[in-house]
Amino acid sequence: MPFAIGRGFAAVSARPGRAAGHYLHVAFCVAVFVFLIAPILVVVPLSFNAEPYFTFTEGMLRFDADAYSLRWYNQVATSEAWLRALGNSFLIGGCATALATGLGTLAALGLSNPAMPARPLVMGLLISPMVTPVIISAAGMFFFYSSLGLAQTHVGLILAHAALGTPFVVITVTATLTGFDTNLTRAAANLGAGPWRSFRRVQLPLIAPGVVSGALFAFATSFDEVVTVLFMGGLEQRTIPREMWAGIREQISPAILAVATLLIAFAVSLMLVVEWLRRRGAART
Amino acid sequence: MSAQTEPSGQEEDAPDAPAYVEFDSVDKSYDGVTQIVRDLHLTVREGEFLTLLGPSGSGKTTCLMMLAGFEMPSAGAIRIAGQRVDAVPPRKRNIGMVFQNYALFPHMTVGDNLAFPLEVRGLDKAAVAERVDRALQLVRLEGFEDRRPGQLSGGQQQRVAIARALVFEPRLVLMDEPLGALDRRLREEMQFEIRRIQRTLGVTVVYVTHDQQEAMAMSDRVAVFNAGRIEQVASPEVLYEEPQRPFVASFIGDNNLLRGRVARVEGDTCDVTVGDLTINAFMVAPHAVGAEVVLAVRPERTGLAGDPGMYTNEFDVAVRDLAFLGDHLRVLTDVGGQAFVVKIPNIVGHGGVLAGERVRIGWATLDCRALRPGDQAAA
Repeated sequence: MPFAIGRGFAAVSARPGRAAGHYLHVAFCVAVFVFLIAPILVVVPLSFNAEPYFTFTEGMLRFDADAYSLRWYNQVATSEAWLRALGNSFLIGGCATALATGLGTLAALGLSNPAMPARPLVMGLLISPMVTPVIISAAGMFFFYSSLGLAQTHVGLILAHAALGTPFVVITVTATLTGFDTNLTRAAANLGAGPWRSFRRVQLPLIAPGVVSGALFAFATSFDEVVTVLFMGGLEQRTIPREMWAGIREQISPAILAVATLLIAFAVSLMLVVEWLRRRGAART
Repeated sequence: MSAQTEPSGQEEDAPDAPAYVEFDSVDKSYDGVTQIVRDLHLTVREGEFLTLLGPSGSGKTTCLMMLAGFEMPSAGAIRIAGQRVDAVPPRKRNIGMVFQNYALFPHMTVGDNLAFPLEVRGLDKAAVAERVDRALQLVRLEGFEDRRPGQLSGGQQQRVAIARALVFEPRLVLMDEPLGALDRRLREEMQFEIRRIQRTLGVTVVYVTHDQQEAMAMSDRVAVFNAGRIEQVASPEVLYEEPQRPFVASFIGDNNLLRGRVARVEGDTCDVTVGDLTINAFMVAPHAVGAEVVLAVRPERTGLAGDPGMYTNEFDVAVRDLAFLGDHLRVLTDVGGQAFVVKIPNIVGHGGVLAGERVRIGWATLDCRALRPGDQAAA
């Protein structure tokens, strides 16, 4: 929350006696951010390395234009393996997200109904994939899905990732529903709307922020998930993280830095979209 | 609670318009133990403005929710236009409703809020627009179509809620304490506004409030609720002048309630012993000699007995306390050992009443009603 820090600082800077302390505070916060972000940011220039190294060359440090190149991006763009991984990531992530969002939202709606029996138990069960170590669920799913013939299939991975992503949707939607005025659904029914219309026109638009952020969490979960893919995926199901894993272990090619940079850009634009949606939603109410 | 067989005032004089809503022996209990509503009979006539009045927890809102279909009666039947509605879901009842907090859809404009019930009913665009316009005109909010509820004042939101409840032209409209969130001045303005709209359209309105002044100001008839039962259903005038039960007598306006025992009966009057006094009272229902009764005497129907023999009941009492309230003087005395308030209009000054002195007060037999004691202490 860098905005909050900025505001807090501005509010007290009028008093010089305490300003020094706040400069220190801000410096500390900046240091924390550097510590968090530097390892990520350093990947970006390195991905433009003209040489097949993971370190800055002398040319790069002198800002010599010849030391930079797009060769690793080119390699990614022309590599069958990377393109397949990209396709797999979006296919599996997209399907798993759709599944997790649909099921998670339904579950949250049911769990928010006071008439629902054994709510804490069901909630606990649905949340459990979030707290269980992934290696355990992955191993368990591997054996279970193998017996169903779903191991090493796209469907199997989609189901596995949907299970991992659902808790995020359940939690975010449940949180949004606690602030939801149930009189609004009563009003919709009173005005003649059936359950589906009432949900689509009244409830869903109002809980949309929770649904969207839950969906993004679910997508992110699938998108950077590697353990389950290691267990369950074959060569045909390799996703981007799985391909990067292979890239580091087998090829040691800076191509993975190019992929990492692309992923960072993707993540940043996702966050911008979420923020934009949030502000639009805030402006509407 | 042995009140089962008592005349409850639930059966009213012959209706002058056909019954539109009927509650027939309706019980409601959420847990099977506590009865929220007990053996309720109520008829709402077509085109009538009927208010369910009572303290919180008396079952009035539960009745409204059962009528809207959000709650089911545990026993008995509810009929609308002669049809049992127990199996009809809320969305098929075609009843307008104004919720306590308005329940406007915050993400929709005023126009979309009003269009919602019309689109549900499959009206085409032109018809929707025309009806939305008319509804906004009715509540005097022309030109507010594109605002969102959050951009409106409480009173304006209230008007939108009313317009939305009327826009699909239901024959019955329910209102659940719709003015509770407004300040006093706006509340009085909206009371007239709602009444005007109801008269204009001729719709049947069932209105819930705990504010007796609001109920008196707006209603054709008022059903007074107490502990899940209806104490009396009548017009505001009748409720005030002819309360049937101590609860109604004290809930509607001010009343002095004196507990006593019937000593002698003559025609429709009786002598009642209260402490060491004997008071002549009008019998609302026949009482036997020796029966316990509650006498209800309105403070403004009592007065100083200037000349002896002015009133059928006259007593010398001690003035315990008095308060000057501008238009009247409230004199606290005791009658037969029970607290008793006399209201003296400020027409001729104090009349020489001073605390600690003794004065002669009195009231007429007809202004002193002998009621059967209720099973509930008067509020």
